[in-house]
Amino acid sequence: MDEGDDIHIGRHLQRRRRLEIVFVAAGLLCLILGMLTLVTLFAEMARQGLPRLGIDFLSRYPSRHAELAGILPAWVGSLAVMVVTAATAVPLGVGAAVYLEEYAPRNLITALIEINLTNLAGMPSIVFGLMALGIFVFEFGLGRNILTAGLTLALLILPIIIVTAREALRTVPDSLREAAFACGASPWQALRDHVVPAAGPGILTGIIIGLARAIGETAPLIALGAVSFVSFLPESPIRGEFPFISFDWLSAPFTALPVQMFNWTTRPDPDFRANAAAAAFVLVAMALAINGLAIWLRHRMRREARW
Amino acid sequence: MVVERRQRDAASASPRLKAAVRDLSFYYDRQRALSDVALPIREHRVTALIGPSGCGKTTLLRCFNRMHDLYPGNRCTGELRLYPDDIDLLSRDVDPIAVRMRIAMVFQKPNPFPRSVYENVAYGLRVRGMRSRVVLDERVEQALRSAALWDEVKDRLDAPGASLSGGQQQRLCIARALATDPEMVLFDEPTAALDPVATSNIEQLISELRSTVTIVIVTHNMQQAARVSDDTAYMYLGRVVEFGTTDEIFIRPRMKQTEDYITGRFG
Repeated sequence: MDEGDDIHIGRHLQRRRRLEIVFVAAGLLCLILGMLTLVTLFAEMARQGLPRLGIDFLSRYPSRHAELAGILPAWVGSLAVMVVTAATAVPLGVGAAVYLEEYAPRNLITALIEINLTNLAGMPSIVFGLMALGIFVFEFGLGRNILTAGLTLALLILPIIIVTAREALRTVPDSLREAAFACGASPWQALRDHVVPAAGPGILTGIIIGLARAIGETAPLIALGAVSFVSFLPESPIRGEFPFISFDWLSAPFTALPVQMFNWTTRPDPDFRANAAAAAFVLVAMALAINGLAIWLRHRMRREARW
Repeated sequence: MVVERRQRDAASASPRLKAAVRDLSFYYDRQRALSDVALPIREHRVTALIGPSGCGKTTLLRCFNRMHDLYPGNRCTGELRLYPDDIDLLSRDVDPIAVRMRIAMVFQKPNPFPRSVYENVAYGLRVRGMRSRVVLDERVEQALRSAALWDEVKDRLDAPGASLSGGQQQRLCIARALATDPEMVLFDEPTAALDPVATSNIEQLISELRSTVTIVIVTHNMQQAARVSDDTAYMYLGRVVEFGTTDEIFIRPRMKQTEDYITGRFG
């Protein structure tokens, strides 16, 4: 009787161990497949693009000759559009999230807004592009320029920022809020001094995810009418004479890195594909730079938060 | 000890009221947590709220500084009058922020802000718009001294509050509560998360503080209630079963149920 039980347990254990190994192997395989695909893509991009990459490539305007073409207007355009996007989406998104999470009454309207926000976060970007074309360009007459493009991408990432910022605010423990309120703080003081800083790293992550998505968006920009052959830069925001700051760059026609890449890949000449790969390399570098900045900021915030 | 206590009670024979709870009922949504509670709070005395888990002692305590206003769905009826100005703290016309500026709170788990020791204590003053560094320095030191923490932290006021030990953190929270000169301090099981030594420090502190502020303390620990309080309210199922001086409650309770709880036969 005892013996039988022992054998039974041993066999059972062996089977469970084998199952364990199978699952670990399967998981590892999934990881390797995914990583391998990414690495291959990246390596191919580097192989094609790196020979083209250089100061000239970054500082030249587009050209009919692949080897003379550069991405100066494209990366400047991307950067300018990002500035507009960040300047609008961050305050609007964080503000909306704080209101929804900390002030809004829990009722049907709030629930509806919540459902719509989550839906909007998953909306195809072309929808935003067409909507912006209809509203910003045709209705408001803002033109097909950096401002419109920035606002469109801001709309696109607004739901992402709001949803992640709300989640970050929700993770702030009630004990911190109560401590602030017990000291006689007003809701605004409690938020400004304690709740929002405590949620800061999480909010920042949402902002970065949003901006990283925005920088790679192509469809809405094409729908808006981004030009892929721009032979000039938008006006400088800083001027030599009074008032030293100019916003004329907002109304400049624009192109952006992904649009430029898209244009080049549609050309029959394989040399242009190398250009596209090199531009892709720059785009990835820009996205990584945004992420790096975020990590650094988050680290600094954490350090200050403990102070 | 007991003789001393009697003398103290005799000296305080003319109890001035600091606050009075009247017909207070409280609901979390539909669920009734307090039923027709009546309770006097004597000035410069320590009032302990005791009773088994879920009897409503914390709920009652949190009515005093309108903590319940922070969460939707809470509702209460009745009055909580604060003297000498005789206002109803629970009235809609009374701003909860104004209430919390007069009545401070110390929580069950030490919850210092993720800031320096100094800024933790100064926060209550800062939200009131106090800017002068000289005044702030002085008030922070005074509060830390009252909380018996000054000697331990005077050399590291810039260190994070979280770097202190658990007992020190709780005394930091007490200093934070005292910095604004409150009329009343609410303690919600302040030693539940502390070791015996830290607990005894806090208890001694509470005994000393009664000369300057009125104290209401919720505690699970009956010995603690006996040690630190002047008055005791025994609560059960959202009602105050018995209220009296701590000696009365612990030595000759009128109700059988109170006696059973205090002697450990129940609860």
